[in-house]
Amino acid sequence: MLKELSRRQFLAAGGAGLAGSAIAALGFGGPEEALAQAVRPFRLAQTTETRNTCPYCSVACGVIMYSLGDKSKNAHAAVVHIEGDPDHPTNRGTLCPKGAALLDFVHAETRTKFPQYRGPGEREFRRIGWSEALDRIARLMKDDRDKNFVATNQDGVTVNRWLTTGFLAASATTNETAFLTYKTVRSLGILAFDNQARV
Amino acid sequence: MTNSWTDIKNTDLVIVMGGNAAEAHPCGFKWVTEAKAQRGAKLIVVDPRFTRTASVADFYAPIRQGTDIAFLLGVIKYCIENDKIQHDYVRAFTNAPYIVKDGFSYQDGLFSGYDEAKRDYDRASWEYELGPDGYVQVDETLQNPRCVYQLLKQHVAAYTPEMVERICGTPKDKYLAICKMISECSARDKTMTSMYALGWTQHSKGAQNIRTMAMVQLLLGNIGVRGGGMNALRGHSNIQGLTDIGLMSDLIPGYLAIPKDREPDFAAYMSTRGFKPLRPNQMSYWQNYRKFMVSFLKSMWGPAATAENDFAYQWLPKLDVSGYDMLRTFDLMHQGKVNGYFCQGFNPLLSAPNRGKITAALSKLKFLVVMDPLQTETSRFWKDEGVHNDVKPESIKTEVFELPTTCFAEDEGSLVNSGRWLQWHWPGQEPPGEAKTDTWIMAQLQLRLRELYKKEGGAFPDPIVNLHWPYRDPQDPQPDEIARELNGYVVSTVTDPADPSKVLLEKGKQVDTFGQLRDDGSTACGCWIYSGCWTERGNMMARRDTNDPGNTGAYSNWAFSWPANRRILYNRASADLDGKAWDPKRKLIEWNGTAWTGYDVPDIAVNAKPRDVGPFIMNPEGSARLFARGLMRDGPFPAHYEPFESPVVNLMAPKIRGNPAARIFKDDLAALGTSDKFPYAATSYRLTEHFHFWTKHVWVNAVLQPEFFVEISEQLAAEKNIQKGGWVKVSSNRGSVYAKAVVTKRIKPLICDGKTVHVVGIPLHWGFTGAARKGFGPNSLTPFVGDANTDTPEFKAFLVNVEPSNGPAVS
Repeated sequence: MLKELSRRQFLAAGGAGLAGSAIAALGFGGPEEALAQAVRPFRLAQTTETRNTCPYCSVACGVIMYSLGDKSKNAHAAVVHIEGDPDHPTNRGTLCPKGAALLDFVHAETRTKFPQYRGPGEREFRRIGWSEALDRIARLMKDDRDKNFVATNQDGVTVNRWLTTGFLAASATTNETAFLTYKTVRSLGILAFDNQARV
Repeated sequence: MTNSWTDIKNTDLVIVMGGNAAEAHPCGFKWVTEAKAQRGAKLIVVDPRFTRTASVADFYAPIRQGTDIAFLLGVIKYCIENDKIQHDYVRAFTNAPYIVKDGFSYQDGLFSGYDEAKRDYDRASWEYELGPDGYVQVDETLQNPRCVYQLLKQHVAAYTPEMVERICGTPKDKYLAICKMISECSARDKTMTSMYALGWTQHSKGAQNIRTMAMVQLLLGNIGVRGGGMNALRGHSNIQGLTDIGLMSDLIPGYLAIPKDREPDFAAYMSTRGFKPLRPNQMSYWQNYRKFMVSFLKSMWGPAATAENDFAYQWLPKLDVSGYDMLRTFDLMHQGKVNGYFCQGFNPLLSAPNRGKITAALSKLKFLVVMDPLQTETSRFWKDEGVHNDVKPESIKTEVFELPTTCFAEDEGSLVNSGRWLQWHWPGQEPPGEAKTDTWIMAQLQLRLRELYKKEGGAFPDPIVNLHWPYRDPQDPQPDEIARELNGYVVSTVTDPADPSKVLLEKGKQVDTFGQLRDDGSTACGCWIYSGCWTERGNMMARRDTNDPGNTGAYSNWAFSWPANRRILYNRASADLDGKAWDPKRKLIEWNGTAWTGYDVPDIAVNAKPRDVGPFIMNPEGSARLFARGLMRDGPFPAHYEPFESPVVNLMAPKIRGNPAARIFKDDLAALGTSDKFPYAATSYRLTEHFHFWTKHVWVNAVLQPEFFVEISEQLAAEKNIQKGGWVKVSSNRGSVYAKAVVTKRIKPLICDGKTVHVVGIPLHWGFTGAARKGFGPNSLTPFVGDANTDTPEFKAFLVNVEPSNGPAVS
């Protein structure tokens, strides 16, 4: 009787890709056959696993991301499932209500996807190209720095600081992003430099 | 964390004060559960609310927010009076026996040297008495009335259980039960761990909250041991890394300091950084400062940093104030003195205090650049969202750029967890749309500015056009290249002076450890404490060996832990004066007669003899400080101060408002409220279903906790005629918000010095973008004042009023 089989036994007996006729040959028929035909191959079996860590709190639980695509150069990967990494010493495969919903973070509707610009007094953003945005930002930075850079203080001491532009850094970017940011920001003479650790 | 998440399993007692780990760090909190289940460990929770952590505690006691120092100074008094301290540890490993200068005193809430006009201290008297040999004078018997131990005993004398109850509202019987549980961990075979988070940092005396518990832990002998330590549960996945790499106004990577105006050249800068040992034989490891600093400058400016130009010391900006932290910068912006601002993965419109002031400040900018994977409120501060962001776009002239960035699933690199583990991760998909990595964006800006300065000239182009940029593709530096810079590498070959044919360091190789760094320009290193993370053996941060010899919880070959892959800081203190483990069942490292060996990388020179060299090697004393000398702005001992907005006066020093050494700007002082108009003590916090302002963009989490609410007691609800689930208006002297009322038994009124104090709880996860309902956050209400040492805003204790309401007007 089908009802005496557990789901695992059923899959083992039926085989994930076994054709309906083979199921019928095992003695199933009618509703059982229809059900068996509805069982699809385990979708994660066809995905690529990538190790990552949860981006939220500082426990830094290990996660495994499952992506469609095989990471070949022209295949576009898309993460379709995320779960806890059982090898990880800290979380041992477990996740909290936030970590368990990471997939929806990756694919959130309100992720930023294109550079946007809002001019003085305007009521809405509009799309802008990367080059245009970066050229404009660099121009604004240089003009402000050239105008307000302080080379020496009142006592004639070399101080080389730029106080009229500031930079707030993040809390979840990588160390590598942090250091490249540090190099870029500090070399400009910026002192109004802070990160999320302040709060 | 001095220890790690997995080490918590080794403890006998967990105290959670200033945090709510079960709610905010659920998977790390499982190690508390493990200690309870496997070792019979106990859990104490002290919090104004009966939190999720409290719900699984063995003992819970309420406390009024902002009074933790009084509570813990009372614990110290209890331990001393009941002879529950670890005497050998305290005498040998702390500065308890050190003699303090005659001029030091404490009276009426103030230490010697206070200048009221400056709100600051002259800290010259907060210092040790030095002998003719240049070393600190000590009294091993601890009897000298000027020794740290006696001064501490005197300092805590006023914090009786009765006084603690009057200040904190913690019933005396509960308080004494907790004192007893804590004090039992002074035994050599018992240890306690302190787990805290923003419940301690977000106060005008946040750093002293933490110091007070560190003092308790030192008196109990619980620092450096398995299952012990001071364990800061950092809030975000790489707050630790961003701090280590020094992305703060006054820092250089690895906790080095940005120069000040009073340090006109490198010689002057180094002259106060000699770190001469204060006791004989001590390592005083900061004596290597110059090696770390020169190697850092070489990583910044490569060949352009030479011995002749002091390794480009002058190319660093100098500070004329203690720092341009976020609060000072927003204050300057509010004054119209800041023109441009960048927010990289940071949403200050919701996370900086006094939102009204933040909106006004941002509106005065010429340009704002936001780099973020999500559509933040900050990048839309100019947008009219009705009651949820009540502004007039036409009158805001700021140019705003929103640049889309990758999230964790699309980038590669390392993050540092709370336990100082650097863990590497890999991308699983391409970025959506035109989103780019932050590294690409920073490179684009750097290269554009470099070209503009080369072409046009301009203000001091040298540090920009000479910035060391040794990347395979300059347009898109890759994580492995930058990680190698952080680790450090050999710039020019170094040979043995005694035998020039012997190569000590070979040009182009990665260094193995910060011990190889040099001050002559022959090595470069981005962040000395990360040395060892990417050596010639490869990427140590990507290691995934799950073996744990001795089952200690160290997992030494999993990822890389700074410094030097050490898993427990100060681990030499886990052994007694002769180098044997205090508790043989919790052995960590031991002296075998010639060397230190064991389960962890020794936090001491491997061959340093036990009785010669102290365990706290970064301090010139070689010992830990119960008395902080002049290193804290607001006192060498912690003292009880009320929050700047408090429902009661300071019982210890009635004339003092807030922390007397905390900086507060003039307008912000005027914007403080008083308890006659705003009678309730408010606090802010996280919910387990949400992470700051990110997860309201996540469908699942938006469904789990869809709407902003505040929590109040049944008593306050009855008093104010507030219905369960009804609308309330919560106001401070700076703003107001509308919320649904959650009327709960989890919050109960406290009795402080005979007065009833109602607590109002305000979670922080809502705004006007994302999938959840539009709402408000606590920062519409909170005061613009920070901690005296860190300038972390006082989000955890402020005053509000609560009234029933019909909710926000619907247009």
